[in-house]
Amino acid sequence: MKFAVIVFPGSNCDLDMYHAVKDELGAEAEYVWHEETSLAGFDGVLLPGGFSYGDYLRTGAIARFSPIMNAVKQAAEEGKPVLGVCNGFQILLEAGLLPGAMLRNEKLKFICAPVKLVVENTGTPFTAAYDDGQEITIPVAHGEGNYFCDEATLKQLKDNKQIVFTYKNNINGSVANIAGITNKAGNVLGMMPHPERAVDQLLGSKDGLALFQSILSHWREKNAITS
Amino acid sequence: MQLLREPSPQQIKDGRIYAEMGLTDDEFALIENTLGRLPNYTETGLFSVMWSEHCSYKNSKVLLKKFPVSGEKVLQGPGEGAGIIDIGDGQAVVFKIESHNHPSAIEPYQGAATGVGGIIRDVFSMGARPVALLNSLRFGELTTPRVKYLFEEVVAGIAGYGNCIGIPTVGGEVQFDPCYEGNPLVNAMCVGLIDHQDIQKGQAKGVGNSVIYVGASTGRDGIHGATFASEELSEASEAKRPAVQVGDPFMEKLLLEACLEVIQSDALVGIQDMGAAGLTSSSAEMASKAGSGIEMDLDKVPQREKGMTAYEMMLSESQERMLLVVQTGREQEIIDVFERWGLEATVVGRVTEDKKLRLLHQGEVVADVPVDALAEEAPVYHKPSTEPALYREFQALPTYRPEIGNPGDVLKQLLQQPTIASKEWVYNQYDYMVRTNTVVSPGSDAAVLRIRGTEKALAMTTDCNSRYLYLDPYIGGQLAIAEAARNLICSGAKPLGVTDCLNYGNPEKPEIFWQLEKSTDGLSEACEKLETPVIGGNVSLYNETNGEAVYPTPVIGMVGLIEHVDHITRQQFQNEGDAVYLVGEAGDDFGGSELQKMLEGTISGKAPALDLDVEKRRQEEVLTAIQNGTVASAHDLAEGGFLVALAECTFGTPFGADVRLPGEAAVKELFAETPSRYLLTVKEEKRAAFEALVPEARFVGSVTKEPVLTVKDEAGQPVVQEQVKTLEDTWRGAVACLLKSKA
Repeated sequence: MKFAVIVFPGSNCDLDMYHAVKDELGAEAEYVWHEETSLAGFDGVLLPGGFSYGDYLRTGAIARFSPIMNAVKQAAEEGKPVLGVCNGFQILLEAGLLPGAMLRNEKLKFICAPVKLVVENTGTPFTAAYDDGQEITIPVAHGEGNYFCDEATLKQLKDNKQIVFTYKNNINGSVANIAGITNKAGNVLGMMPHPERAVDQLLGSKDGLALFQSILSHWREKNAITS
Repeated sequence: MQLLREPSPQQIKDGRIYAEMGLTDDEFALIENTLGRLPNYTETGLFSVMWSEHCSYKNSKVLLKKFPVSGEKVLQGPGEGAGIIDIGDGQAVVFKIESHNHPSAIEPYQGAATGVGGIIRDVFSMGARPVALLNSLRFGELTTPRVKYLFEEVVAGIAGYGNCIGIPTVGGEVQFDPCYEGNPLVNAMCVGLIDHQDIQKGQAKGVGNSVIYVGASTGRDGIHGATFASEELSEASEAKRPAVQVGDPFMEKLLLEACLEVIQSDALVGIQDMGAAGLTSSSAEMASKAGSGIEMDLDKVPQREKGMTAYEMMLSESQERMLLVVQTGREQEIIDVFERWGLEATVVGRVTEDKKLRLLHQGEVVADVPVDALAEEAPVYHKPSTEPALYREFQALPTYRPEIGNPGDVLKQLLQQPTIASKEWVYNQYDYMVRTNTVVSPGSDAAVLRIRGTEKALAMTTDCNSRYLYLDPYIGGQLAIAEAARNLICSGAKPLGVTDCLNYGNPEKPEIFWQLEKSTDGLSEACEKLETPVIGGNVSLYNETNGEAVYPTPVIGMVGLIEHVDHITRQQFQNEGDAVYLVGEAGDDFGGSELQKMLEGTISGKAPALDLDVEKRRQEEVLTAIQNGTVASAHDLAEGGFLVALAECTFGTPFGADVRLPGEAAVKELFAETPSRYLLTVKEEKRAAFEALVPEARFVGSVTKEPVLTVKDEAGQPVVQEQVKTLEDTWRGAVACLLKSKA
């Protein structure tokens, strides 16, 4: 399986994502520059954290217009797994691939810390390797991770089981403790916590590795069936 | 129009306009003598910034010469953007610390942010990939709205810049003392990694080669920043707010990536950051180091504002700019790389052979001065030095032996002192994990980062207890080096070298110069003894508000090498049942201690005595014991002494401790700040091996399953018995609580 790691000029977790997939998961990975227009030949798309274009306006607000985003949308429509972490999540929201919006953290301060998450839905290509209700420790590092959506959207998210991860203790004011959501089809996941930072016990936690393993297993199963 | 308003050379002399720029009468006479004529307005500006203390070290040079700067592993000592030390396998570590005190006192967010930006550029201008940031902060007591504002904004500024550019802020320290109330200290350190073949120099070699300007365009911000940094602060300083620059971390991220790409090209001859004194210092220093000259056409300099004069362009300290020297004929290769990153790169001049900095503006020569006169020939002063009466008073005082009530209550009070309390409130705002190498996060003795692709790791710390230096700058200087080294030892690292940031008051005052003299003696001796050469640093003088100086504060940044990630050791207890050992005896060392400050509201007496032979021996023994795998956890005893250290070892763990101290477990056993001491834990089966390696270690007790801290006297009577949770909550919440409380 071959992943594209999208690189915006201000991405800064691209390296972490690349190494997580390549070194810890053992899959293929390539950096794809934001000015590219095609993602042909890639089986999955990873939008890493960072400050895409400086994010002085609103996080991800400019990135959604970058050339590569059309190819990301196309990959999503084709049913390929698309994972946006932190700034990647913010970009997916701005690009309309996921519902809702991001506000500044409730206490208006950047938060960097390992936090406890609850796995709410294991029926996605990203979470099959976890147990339902499992508590995992994954770091966060963001200033704008306060997820917001209206009542109707929240009801839809709940009805469709699109809420995948919640914070055990709400750290940033997010609606319904939301830490990560998918699109309706389930192949696009956006999350504020950084699973790519939790793939090596030396750094404190390996709880994020199962997320990448889930993507790989899902791809293998799908390919075995279709081929 | 602008040019017409500039005073003529004669007016500059007659009206002593140079004095407003920070030059003395003698210095102006020297300039006149060097040029053989009167300097014009632009030229006077060039000299005034290059001869400021910030750029020339004219008041501190004689003292800096004392530092040991060489060693077999030193690849680059002081003089370039940052020093470099070999770490084997063709790799090296690059690091430097720098101050941004005055800007942060006036505009704390941008002052701190641009301090971070500047030190990052120093490191990548050497060709290194920055891998970590640390910072050392000093504020007044957290009781006034102004201090709280400065503290919150400085932390936000550091976070804003470091988080955006994606370099983890992994460590540092914060100290609070009334002497820093009007003049906070903001020192930022950057650590980078480099392959030996990529090491760059800031040199303008090769006559005819092109001088290329890259990065942000030049505006009127920061004009005379270097001069501002070399003055005392006063009420009038608020008017200097325009001298503070504004940072753009996104621009710096682009600049960083593009520069690291460009250093791979052999078309690049030299590269230097435009830091203090911007275009002036970068061009003059690059030419001076290479024995060449530079001619620049200022009309080609990218400008943010219309109608800028030569003076304004040369003295601007706009951020995120670099100056490159590139082989003639190959400019386009370099320009293409910057364009890919969306950056402007412009040829603004060429290297000449006449050793002059010649500036053209609107078709006229507006400056023509020898580069060595600017960069190398600033006057050097040996200021008069006087032993302060206060020092003699401190030395004559009888030994201070505090009387306390319940030691458990004293412990709780100490844990709430902001200098001791958890700095979580600070470092949780910093992304300390990005780039996924951070093995030991902020909050331990030293931060540890693995070196990807190897078995090795780097440990790093910043440290300085300025209270000791206030009492005795010589001993205090030694203590600062020794404690930084102990921090690294406890993490399993061998200290490699030092970068220092010397923060002092006005050196023109003999008592202040005496502090500088004595403390640099102490620093030098300790560096020599502990084999940690000084590979670079920064001097920040004139840290005074309305005539009151800060404590002498030579902040020490130190980096060490951990041979194997298996040696990485933390201060937290690891296993129930591990044996607790104490290395070093307590003495009556309370001068400048946290306990004295807390009980008396002020500090006095003698600083704790340090025996460098003992210090070195224990460092070697403890490190060997760690490297042999006999040590489970290691913590050095610092502010607050034994009991605070013991409590800290339990925080973040499910454990407690049960220890027994000699005699009556007196105040000095619990709270004295005698240096060169460690608290180590050892697994039962490793005890014999450990004791053979550290013969001085005394067994004092064990790590317990119950989260209770129990200290008994020799007879077995409990002296302290506290729930770890109570202690930990107190310690964790103190800083946030102080910020919330109404002043």
